[in-house]
Amino acid sequence: MASWQWFHRLGSPKWLSGTIDRWLPWVLGLGSVLLLVSAIWGLAFTPPDYKQGNSFRIIYIHVPTAIVALAAYYVMAIAGAVSIIWRMKVADMALRAIAPVGAALTFLALVTGAIWGKPTWGAYWIWQDARLTSMLLLFFLYLGIMALHDAYQNSASGNRAAAIMSLVGTVNIPIIYKSVDWWSSLHQPATLKFTEESTIATEMLQPLMLAIPGAYLFFIAAVMMQLRVQIARNEKNTRWMAERAAQ
Amino acid sequence: MYFSNLVELWNMAGHGPYVWSAYAISFIVLAAIIVIPAKHYRQQLKHIRQQQSDNC
Repeated sequence: MASWQWFHRLGSPKWLSGTIDRWLPWVLGLGSVLLLVSAIWGLAFTPPDYKQGNSFRIIYIHVPTAIVALAAYYVMAIAGAVSIIWRMKVADMALRAIAPVGAALTFLALVTGAIWGKPTWGAYWIWQDARLTSMLLLFFLYLGIMALHDAYQNSASGNRAAAIMSLVGTVNIPIIYKSVDWWSSLHQPATLKFTEESTIATEMLQPLMLAIPGAYLFFIAAVMMQLRVQIARNEKNTRWMAERAAQ
Repeated sequence: MYFSNLVELWNMAGHGPYVWSAYAISFIVLAAIIVIPAKHYRQQLKHIRQQQSDNC
């Protein structure tokens, strides 16, 4: 069946490596340009928020990194499930590739949020806020998965432990999403909504609409780069990898 | 531009230190998640080349 060929090819490190080489410059380039344009637009051209003033400009980096940090966890947990059920090598590689990138994005969401919190709420951090603490938990989940990979001598056991932990951690995801609705907190409720009109002015929204796809593309590029390193390490004794290295 | 000059853009009516530090940290971290694996990849390719020449 032709429609299944891609699924088998996905398991081929050689095919995956070639595909990454072809796509990486475009994904990374477009992602970087979108992030850069949205940053310049959001920093210098959008009017300040009538309540928060200029501190709201942090939104153009805070919201995209937070959204992608959460989406990355979904993808990673799906990879974890695939790894446990079908034992696909590429799923373990994806899990390993996503964890450090997800950790970095979660770190950015936390830090930019804390910096934004100081002029807005008067504090960098409050433990009583469910959105903040559940996001901190996400950060520790990513770090935990990275640590599990490294902790086992036998990489198969490490992969399995990390896959299980990624699945257990999915409990946290709906908590993060709903935290601002379930518990009244300092963190403002979502301003971007899919089912009803967003509660944000159009001119403030426009740069964000560039930054979010930009952050997704940048994330994909970073994961591709992690995958490429893993493939080069796993396949170091193959003829095709030697030929690639010789080029 | 919304601001009337670069000094105003830098100060952002008092919010400058917050906004600019948030963007500076973001730039550093985003650059790191690209540059670090790029370095590892180059090192690994070099390692494979050395292995090849040892075998020959």
